[in-house]
Amino acid sequence: MADKVLMKGNEAIAEAAILAGCRHYFGYPITPQTEVAAYMAKKMPKIGGCFLQAESEIAAINMVYGVASTGKRVMTSSSSPGISLKGEGLSYMAGSDLPALVVNVQRGGPGLGGIQPSQSDYFQATKGGAHGDFRMIVLAPASVQEMAELTVKGFELADKYRMTSMILADGTMGQMMEPVELNFDIKERPATPWATTGTKLEREHNIVNSLSLVAEELERLNFERFERYKAVEENEVMYEEYMTEDADIIVAAFGIASRVSKNAVNEARKQGIKVGLIRPITLWPFPKAPFEKAAQKAKAVVCVELSMGQMIEDVKLATGCKVPVTLCNRVGGMIPSPEQVLDAIVKANGGAN
Amino acid sequence: MKEFKRITLLCGHYGSGKTNIAVNMALQLKKQCDKVAIADLDIVNPYFRTKDSSEELKDNGIRLIVSEFANSNVDIPALPQDMYAITDNKDMSVIIDVGGDDRGALALGRIANQIIEENDYEMLMVINCYRPLTRDAQSTIEVMREIEYAGHIKFTGIINNSNLGAITTADDVLSSVAYAQEVSQMSNLPIVYTTVSENIYNDLCDKIDDLLPLSLQQRPV
Repeated sequence: MADKVLMKGNEAIAEAAILAGCRHYFGYPITPQTEVAAYMAKKMPKIGGCFLQAESEIAAINMVYGVASTGKRVMTSSSSPGISLKGEGLSYMAGSDLPALVVNVQRGGPGLGGIQPSQSDYFQATKGGAHGDFRMIVLAPASVQEMAELTVKGFELADKYRMTSMILADGTMGQMMEPVELNFDIKERPATPWATTGTKLEREHNIVNSLSLVAEELERLNFERFERYKAVEENEVMYEEYMTEDADIIVAAFGIASRVSKNAVNEARKQGIKVGLIRPITLWPFPKAPFEKAAQKAKAVVCVELSMGQMIEDVKLATGCKVPVTLCNRVGGMIPSPEQVLDAIVKANGGAN
Repeated sequence: MKEFKRITLLCGHYGSGKTNIAVNMALQLKKQCDKVAIADLDIVNPYFRTKDSSEELKDNGIRLIVSEFANSNVDIPALPQDMYAITDNKDMSVIIDVGGDDRGALALGRIANQIIEENDYEMLMVINCYRPLTRDAQSTIEVMREIEYAGHIKFTGIINNSNLGAITTADDVLSSVAYAQEVSQMSNLPIVYTTVSENIYNDLCDKIDDLLPLSLQQRPV
C-alpha cells in the first residue's frame, strides 16, 4: 500500500498534530474547520489523549492556557468568529509566554459572515489580534501536505520561542482533499523548566501569569519578549518564489490565492509576460527581503487576496512603495478565478500584450 | 453497468467519494430509466455537494432532490423539503447520496422503513483504503456497523472507491483489491463495483471485475 493517504486539509492538521505529540485538543465546532475536532474526537480516546468539546471558544482557549502552563503540547482550532472569541486568551497566553498551536480556518466576515473561504483575518492574525504588544507566528499553508507540515512546524516554533503559532488557512484549504505523506522527522522538544508541574519540594515555585504588579517589571518583560520576536524575524521567515528571476510583474499571494495565482502566472508566461509569484509561507514574520529585491527590478506588483486588501499593506511596506502595487480580490466567500488574476497581470504589464 | 434497483443508497466514511459516485451513477441510470432523481441527504457537509453538479444534472433531465440551503451560508443540518418523493414516487429511480459516517446516516432513519418495506433497493458502502480512518478492513467494518446502526438499513454491497485523488495510478487501485476482498469476506457482502477514474480505466478493465469508470465532477483548484 502506498505511503500516501487521501485527506482533507482539516484532517491533515489533526493527524499531524497527533504525530507531533499533541495529546490535548480543546475546541468548539464551527464550519469550515469542524473536521479537525471530529478527527480528534475519534482518535484521541484511542491513543490516551484528551479531546474535549468546550462550552465555548472562550472556555477552549483558556483550557489551552491551562495545559500549555504544564509544558504539554496543546492546540485549539476554530474559524474566524470563533478566533475573535479567543482573542482575550491569545493575549493572556502571549503575556504568560506560553507555547500553543491555534488554527484558524477562515470564513467570510465581518460578523457571522458566511461559511465559505476567506483570507480577511490577515490583520487579526499578523497585527496582534487582541490587546497588548504581542505577536504570533502565522503560517499560511497552500496545500493539504503543507497543512500537515506547517502544523508540525508550528508546534516546534511555538516551543522554541515560547509563543503561539497560528495556522492561517481558509475554508477551501480545510475542505479540499489531496494526497498527503505523513512521514515527519519529529524533533525532540526543548525542556520546559518554567512549567507548573509540581515542585516536589525540590525547586522554587514556577508561576505562569500575565499580570505584573510593577510597571518597570512589565516594561522589562515586554522588552525581553520583543527580543525573542526579533530572533523569530531573523531566523524563521519562510516563502516560496516562483519564476521571479526575470520578472517584470510580481504576483503576491498566499494560501488558496497563491494556487489560483500560480495558474495565472503560467498562463501569462505562455502569453510572453515576464511574471513571477512570491508566496509568503510565514505571514508573520513577513518575508520582506524577496519583495525588497523584486522591487529593484520589477515594474509592478499585483496582490491577490480573498479580502479587501490586507496583506497588500505589508507588500507596500516591503517594496518601499517603489513600484505600484494593485489589488486583485474577491470577498465574502468567493475565490478569484485564474482568468481574473491573469487580467490583473496583463493590466499591470501595461494593458494589451 | 448492472441493472439498478429502484433505490440505490450510497453511504460510507466521510470523504470516501459518495457524491462523485452518486452523480456518475445518476448519469448512467438515466440511460436505463426515464425518470431519474439524485437525492442529497447530506446533513453534515456544507461544502462540495451534488448541487455543484446541478447544471449537468439538469441538462441530462435528472431531478435533484436537495435542501434549498445546500451550498449556502445557512449552516444547518437541513433535509430537502421534497425528500418524501424518494419513497412516494415509485415510478422514479433514485440515487441517494447520504452524508458521511453514522452522523450522516442518521437522516436515513426518516425513510428507512418505507425503503425496506418496498424492498427494491441496494444499500452500498463506499470504501477507500487511502482514507486515514479506514486504512484496513477492520476499521472499515467498524464504520459500516456504525452507519447501519444509525441509518436503520443493512448494507447489501460494497463499492471499492480506493483512490488518492488526481494522482491515483492503476497500481494504487490494484493494490486496494485485497483490502476490498477482505472487507467483503468479513461483511459477507459482494463488491458490486470497483471505481476508477476514466484515464486509467483501460489499464485495469481486464484486471478487475465490475470496474466502473468515473469522471470527476468537481474541478480541482
